[in-house]
Amino acid sequence: MTPLLYLLAAQAPDPEVIDRIPSGFSPFVLPFTIGVAFMFSWIGVGLIRLLAAIPKSDRIKFAKSLFIPKTALKNIKDLFCDCLFHVKIWQRKPLLGYMHSAIAFGWFMIIILGHIEVALFVPARLNVTRGGLFYPIFYRYFVWMNPGHTTLRGAFFFFLMDFFLLYILSGIALAIFKRFRSIVLGMRHTTKPSLADRVALYSLWMIFPLRLLAESFTADLSGGSFLTVPVNHFWHFLFGDKLWFMPTWWAYSICLGLFFAAMPFSRYMHILTEVLWILLRNAGIEPNHPRKGVAEAEIYACSSCGLCLDACPMNVQKKNLKYSSVYFIRFLRRHNEKKINDIADKCLMCDKCHALCPVGVNAPALRRAQRATVNNAIPFDYSYLSTASGSTLAGETHATLGTVRGGTGASLCEASGGAERSEAVARPRVLPETATGKVLYFAGCMTHLTPRIIKSVEKVFKAAGVDYVFADREGGICCGRPLMLAGRKEAAAKVIEANKKMIEESGCDTLVLSCPICLKVFKEEYQLQGIRIVHYTQFINDLIASGKLAVKNTGEKIVYHDPCELGRGCGIYLEPRAALGQVGTLVKASKEYDESICCGGSLGSLTLDMKDRGKISESSLDSLLANDPQTIVTACPLCLKTFSEAVSNSKGPRKDVKVKDFAEVICG
Amino acid sequence: MVDFGFGLVPSSRINLDLFDKDKYRELVKIEPDARICMACGSCTAVCTAGKFVHTSLREAIEDILNAKNDKALESLQACQLCGKCSMVCPRGINTRHLILSINKVYSAK
Repeated sequence: MTPLLYLLAAQAPDPEVIDRIPSGFSPFVLPFTIGVAFMFSWIGVGLIRLLAAIPKSDRIKFAKSLFIPKTALKNIKDLFCDCLFHVKIWQRKPLLGYMHSAIAFGWFMIIILGHIEVALFVPARLNVTRGGLFYPIFYRYFVWMNPGHTTLRGAFFFFLMDFFLLYILSGIALAIFKRFRSIVLGMRHTTKPSLADRVALYSLWMIFPLRLLAESFTADLSGGSFLTVPVNHFWHFLFGDKLWFMPTWWAYSICLGLFFAAMPFSRYMHILTEVLWILLRNAGIEPNHPRKGVAEAEIYACSSCGLCLDACPMNVQKKNLKYSSVYFIRFLRRHNEKKINDIADKCLMCDKCHALCPVGVNAPALRRAQRATVNNAIPFDYSYLSTASGSTLAGETHATLGTVRGGTGASLCEASGGAERSEAVARPRVLPETATGKVLYFAGCMTHLTPRIIKSVEKVFKAAGVDYVFADREGGICCGRPLMLAGRKEAAAKVIEANKKMIEESGCDTLVLSCPICLKVFKEEYQLQGIRIVHYTQFINDLIASGKLAVKNTGEKIVYHDPCELGRGCGIYLEPRAALGQVGTLVKASKEYDESICCGGSLGSLTLDMKDRGKISESSLDSLLANDPQTIVTACPLCLKTFSEAVSNSKGPRKDVKVKDFAEVICG
Repeated sequence: MVDFGFGLVPSSRINLDLFDKDKYRELVKIEPDARICMACGSCTAVCTAGKFVHTSLREAIEDILNAKNDKALESLQACQLCGKCSMVCPRGINTRHLILSINKVYSAK
């Protein structure tokens, strides 16, 4: 890098590499230089705008996170695994993983090795004023290898450069093949590229074949290895002694320039934005607007790869492809308000696209933020929540080892007149004195419409001798999750506040929930200090494991459906399976764990109609019945209801499949 | 003035001249299910908010047709969007979106 080093290299009596063109410039580098300069200035301005749009507290949090050892280590790990090696794509579809990492990692290595070569052989050229921007890229054009002085070191680099070029070319070949037959690489649907995507895509396809062409044309001057030298011989054989190599270098430079100029408007923006998004994500900064600030980094980190297309349960019907996350993000980029809202409202919020996204783009969160821009402003009146004291919201009764004390909440609905009604609500009601149970069971609205769950849960609790309080035996209020899903954060906060008060006043230390929708919001939004929040599958599994609950294995063939909010939402996959393994024989569904398909009944979607939901239920059933189970077991009241209907509507042997709740199966 | 011996309570008087066709068309466009309600009242029967204050989707739909838009909004302002009504609706109406849509269309001045 220093002038001294450069002098030493140049003045050595027999240098290995000779700077062929003393000016270090040739007009063909212009297209590339202009393209890359445009791209960097665009991104520079974008980065400043983005950071300015983030609230100051988040900016400080972000800056700090870079120096916290734990986060910094995670950053490094994520950058290598996600950006360079694409571990997530490898795990999901090995061929796609190979394709992508061949292009990304191979290209990265070629750029790095090119710079190392320049630093070793002509260090002065790394200086920006002396062509540092383009010289390492077109290194092979500018130098002449001294034939009288070849070293092992030089040959090593020649080999590496050719090796990585071949590696990239294999990736490009797969990528071109994928355009025509994506299914071979494991993708049924692929994203429809936009205009800028096409420009960038076709130039990307051309860059590396052209690089091979250009380098092979000059391989006899500037050196090469197993790939470029034989090709060079072939050109000599074809065109004679003197090769006219300028057009190949021009073409290479033009393609590079085109690619970089189109990059900010295309899917390839993710190459650089992904880095920023990973840092922001690991710093724990969440978008509070669907388009501005952090969200901007997130939507530009989307690579439009289209893995979410095959993942989305709605895409069982081709007409719904347009509602996938990849298109949602594309329209967010384009500020197409009408389409953004349509797409945001359609989604089932099953979170599968987020769970499978190689870049970790949380599209469901962006959709919620988008819904909030429309729905948060809708007026509401929850004053009735504050006039009712905590414990009146849920008419609790206390059950100790099966002795059920009288329900006290029935009076909530007994009043009919307006004035009387508010009185009835305001009447304070306290927990019975005898309440010693530290376990609070909250069934939730949906569970009350599927009372067989409540019945079975109580039966299990009784059998295991659990001393518990039933928080909403006579009905409670909503947990707030449906409001959150509709983007009505302010309204949700009111409901959450009221429920929180009720739970804190109860003095419980364990809160058991039978609805995964409730579980998700209780865990994320309630911040209940010192209270363990568990799903009944976890609680019952603990009871069995600790020997408090005896179960017998009937040998029934059971398939377990992972409810979205329980599996992907709260990460609970193993406990229900462990417990079910004790009462029957678990068989596999074709898609399970984080790949499980939404039942179609999700509260997440605002606009999906019954017909489309029915199709989703069918495809989910297909997956569950892959191994001929006798019983479908689920742990969510909505899934239970949806599957019960889907099975009763179906024809043939399917009609005989039983649909049961987790607790029902446990108590036999 | 001749007294015919009968009359209407002003609060229950229906004035269809006030029926806002444009808004209703807009509502039906964003949520076509608004038309298929058969007023069975299942939604109202299970309503979570309805246990505390008067909340009724059935009445809201009727009020809109009777040109009582403000009353319709009042019937829905306590709704918690919990979705129980969509679980019980025999017509398969997307009740949550209908409620949001009525709010959006009729609270816009």
